[in-house]
Amino acid sequence: MQQTSGHTLKAFDEDIERLRALISQMGGLAEHAIGEAMRCLVQRDVEGAAKVVEEDKKLDALEIETERRAVQLIALRAPMAADLRDVVAALKISGVVERIGDYAKNISKRVPLIETAGKIEPLSLLPEMARIATGMVHDVLDAFVERDAETAVRVCERDQAVDDFYDSIFRALLTHMMENPHNISQSAHLLFVAKNLERVGDHATNIAEMVYYAATGQHMADRPGKSVK
Amino acid sequence: MDMKEKMPMTPAAPAPEMPAIDLSHQPNLAEGDALIDTSREPKMCADKVGVFYGDKQALKDVSIKIYDDLVTAFIGPSGCGKSTFLRCLNRMNDTIPSARVVGRIDLDGDDITSSAMDVVQLRARVGMVFQKPNPFPKSIYDNVAYGPKIHGLSRSKADLDEIVEKSLKRAGLWEEVKDRLQESGTALSGGQQQRLCIARAIAVDPEVILMDEPCSALDPIATAKIEELIHELRGRYAIAIVTHNMQQAARVSQRTAFFHLGELVEYGKTSEIFTNPRQQRTQDYITGRYG
Repeated sequence: MQQTSGHTLKAFDEDIERLRALISQMGGLAEHAIGEAMRCLVQRDVEGAAKVVEEDKKLDALEIETERRAVQLIALRAPMAADLRDVVAALKISGVVERIGDYAKNISKRVPLIETAGKIEPLSLLPEMARIATGMVHDVLDAFVERDAETAVRVCERDQAVDDFYDSIFRALLTHMMENPHNISQSAHLLFVAKNLERVGDHATNIAEMVYYAATGQHMADRPGKSVK
Repeated sequence: MDMKEKMPMTPAAPAPEMPAIDLSHQPNLAEGDALIDTSREPKMCADKVGVFYGDKQALKDVSIKIYDDLVTAFIGPSGCGKSTFLRCLNRMNDTIPSARVVGRIDLDGDDITSSAMDVVQLRARVGMVFQKPNPFPKSIYDNVAYGPKIHGLSRSKADLDEIVEKSLKRAGLWEEVKDRLQESGTALSGGQQQRLCIARAIAVDPEVILMDEPCSALDPIATAKIEELIHELRGRYAIAIVTHNMQQAARVSQRTAFFHLGELVEYGKTSEIFTNPRQQRTQDYITGRYG
């Protein structure tokens, strides 16, 4: 169901818009953080990685701000129906996006530990995997702002590609570890990076489910015409 | 780890019995959950009810079922017909000369709109509480005793005393007035007066209680007391309440009916109306997008 017009009380619209803007801002930061972490990993930019870790604090602060505003909005505006679902979704999404930021931080912390990573072949697959995963995050947050349930469904479908990447990187790293026992620790770090990126895709899927529910009032699993896998 | 080992200081308090939530029985919204249990007999059933004031049609084709163990809230903007409909349920519209009611309204299967229906008897079975507390200018005792007296519900003074006490207790007013039953009902505070009016409605042992904006003249504490009372009375009486306060409808009712421009737009479980309404007009109204 579409929102036909703004609230009679204009300040209510402003509050909800501000909440959406905060989520967009968080999404932009998280997306950028993952991208930067991957760049630093590939280019072995230790300083840049330290900056990613430092900047994660912004995301933490924004999550707290989102929570504060959402709670305030519930207390003061008593949102109903689609508004209520939006506010609850914003509250949950902010937590998930903050978590995605933590993964960027986690990846960045491994940068100084992977000195010889350039020689490990699967590394070349990681940036592409990261690009798909952050693309999902980007699109699903746009879907939240636009209340676009269809885009949310399509984002979920893209998670398979991320999972496939993870599987092949996992196998490649395992093979690499067996063949090169002397740099198992670097390989293990890269495996964690791949796992982190796989989790980013899962989180984007979770957000998509929240967006779908906020926009339609139905759970994605119950959606009409859903193909049974 | 055993919880008792962790907290040796606390005496073993019995855990409150909360029924486990059975997820397999959650309504499937995608398939359009059967909103109203059709297998049960409703207490009141309106079928295509319309009301005209002179030439003007104030209510069109309202069909709704009211169940005896549920609170049903009627919401909608001013002039939407919700009060007009509520007043049909005990034929209060008879008191307006230009009003004409069409359609059928059943109470336990009997058509209350028929001329054979004894209206005085009907209003004893279907009581009403109004927006503004309207106690009689009589003592607290007489306010409650009046109905049972004229309907001959008591055989003796002791009988009547018992009815008065029971009604005031059920209305949550007994403790506050038991020592001053002979004082005038109009000397009570607004919230107390409204509970007195509820006690008066209960005293004739009705089956249905209609409330038309019962809290709109009351402060938040008095409102909370009335809402708590509605919650306690549920199960004993079928309750229908008209309210402008959507939060109140959400708090006290299990079913909500949304009226707009004389039509019943949507009727369903309160929890669904307020989280996921099906009709655009309902959504716009409850989210504050009208006008």
